[in-house]
Amino acid sequence: MANTAIELPPKGGFSFDLCRRNEMLAKKGVQSPSFRKTGTTIVGLVFQDGVILGADTRATEGPIVCDKNCEKIHYMAPNIYCCGAGTAADTEAVTDMVSSQLELHRYATGRESRVVTALTLLKSHLYSYQGHVSAALVLGGVDCTGPHLHTIYPHGSTDTLPFATMGSGSLAAMAMFESRYREGMTREEGIKLVCQAICSGIFNDLGSGSNVDVCVITKGQKEYLRNYELPNPRTYVSSKGYSFAKGHTEVLSTKITPLKEHVKIIEGDAMEE
Amino acid sequence: MAATEGIKQHHSTWSPYDNNGGTCIAIAGSNYCVIAADTRMSTGYSILTRDYSKICNLADKCVMASSGFQADVKALQKNLSARHLIYQHQHNKQMSCPAMAQLLSNTLYYKRFFPYYSFNVLGGLDNEGKGCVFTYDAVGSYERVGYGAQGTGGTLMMPVLDNQLKSPSPLLLPAQDATTPLSESEAVDLVKDVFASAAERDIYTGDGLEIVVVNAEGVKREFLELRRD
Repeated sequence: MANTAIELPPKGGFSFDLCRRNEMLAKKGVQSPSFRKTGTTIVGLVFQDGVILGADTRATEGPIVCDKNCEKIHYMAPNIYCCGAGTAADTEAVTDMVSSQLELHRYATGRESRVVTALTLLKSHLYSYQGHVSAALVLGGVDCTGPHLHTIYPHGSTDTLPFATMGSGSLAAMAMFESRYREGMTREEGIKLVCQAICSGIFNDLGSGSNVDVCVITKGQKEYLRNYELPNPRTYVSSKGYSFAKGHTEVLSTKITPLKEHVKIIEGDAMEE
Repeated sequence: MAATEGIKQHHSTWSPYDNNGGTCIAIAGSNYCVIAADTRMSTGYSILTRDYSKICNLADKCVMASSGFQADVKALQKNLSARHLIYQHQHNKQMSCPAMAQLLSNTLYYKRFFPYYSFNVLGGLDNEGKGCVFTYDAVGSYERVGYGAQGTGGTLMMPVLDNQLKSPSPLLLPAQDATTPLSESEAVDLVKDVFASAAERDIYTGDGLEIVVVNAEGVKREFLELRRD
């Protein structure tokens, strides 16, 4: 009977096949590989005719910057976008999965996706993995019921807010929102405040850095402003440049193997049947 | 029972050290020495200050740059300054750079089992007026080299310095001169460029760069802005 369970075809979802092996290896002192964490500042706010999302563009692996200009504002639906913080792979996978479900749902219903639909799909997935899928999200969009902004925590809890921040730079960014946010801001005021909040994270949080991405979503249209601000140009470039003269690396031995054709192609009859 | 367990647990997790990050390098030339460090001091993901000098003038022709735990670094600098003052009273002269190098090693090894959490490079001019650089580990192992890099961005900079300033093996007989063939201005240019590069990829390096050049005329200081993110 036990064998029949093994014969079942794969059902999809995560594979836990190697968990016991890894536990055994960990006990023996083998270290598991590190993840690319996007120590991040992501924000969003509701303004008079929609929602504005913002993000920095630094991705880190421990103390090293591994991507200086990554994209943290993910597409969910034509009228919904989602900023992601946490493990990069998780935020990308979870937003891709839900965006695919939303597209199928639109084909089935023939209606525009709603923000609450995305919210429910995201939170139920995150809750079912009990915080092991480390994605902290700021979800924003405009649907037939108006503009919506939500935050989603890795364990699956959610908030509905007029302005929101997430990631390691969330406190720095929230300081700007708490002091400068008003209800019914104009588009220009909103973008300016989002940029200030992201810059606050970029400059005061070491996990955040590089450039500012902004996404403005209004009724029936959206504007993805990639690298809206570039506040961190390189401060010094050597005037002379570098030349790598031949012989910089010592040659210890040389062996030249000429490439010859070892495979012979023999014409023959076509294979029967 | 529960209380003693609590104390035990507290003991096992107690740590007196922090890492404040930052990078220090030094390059020795035929008649000069360049010592440089960034001016960011941080802990975890927070910047404590953007304008903190990691460089200390220990004697007329002897400069130390230190990264690691800055509280330990301050204590170490005070100790060395006091020892240098005593030396001046006893010998009526400034300590030479190689003598200071040995003193620093002894001071670090003295605390072998409760070390100063500091990663130092010492630069200056030797008794013949040639540039000299000494690199250390936290417990006093040291070596005279042509150039050295320490701290969080040290591992990023070292291969570039190796490529540009490749020095002869210290095991060669007769001993080869480890100083670089670069001119003073070329060396300063290289230092600025490697720091600008390290600030791009190391989150603990940035804000500003303090460069100290020691030559026969004395000590010069220079400052360059780095990325602040």
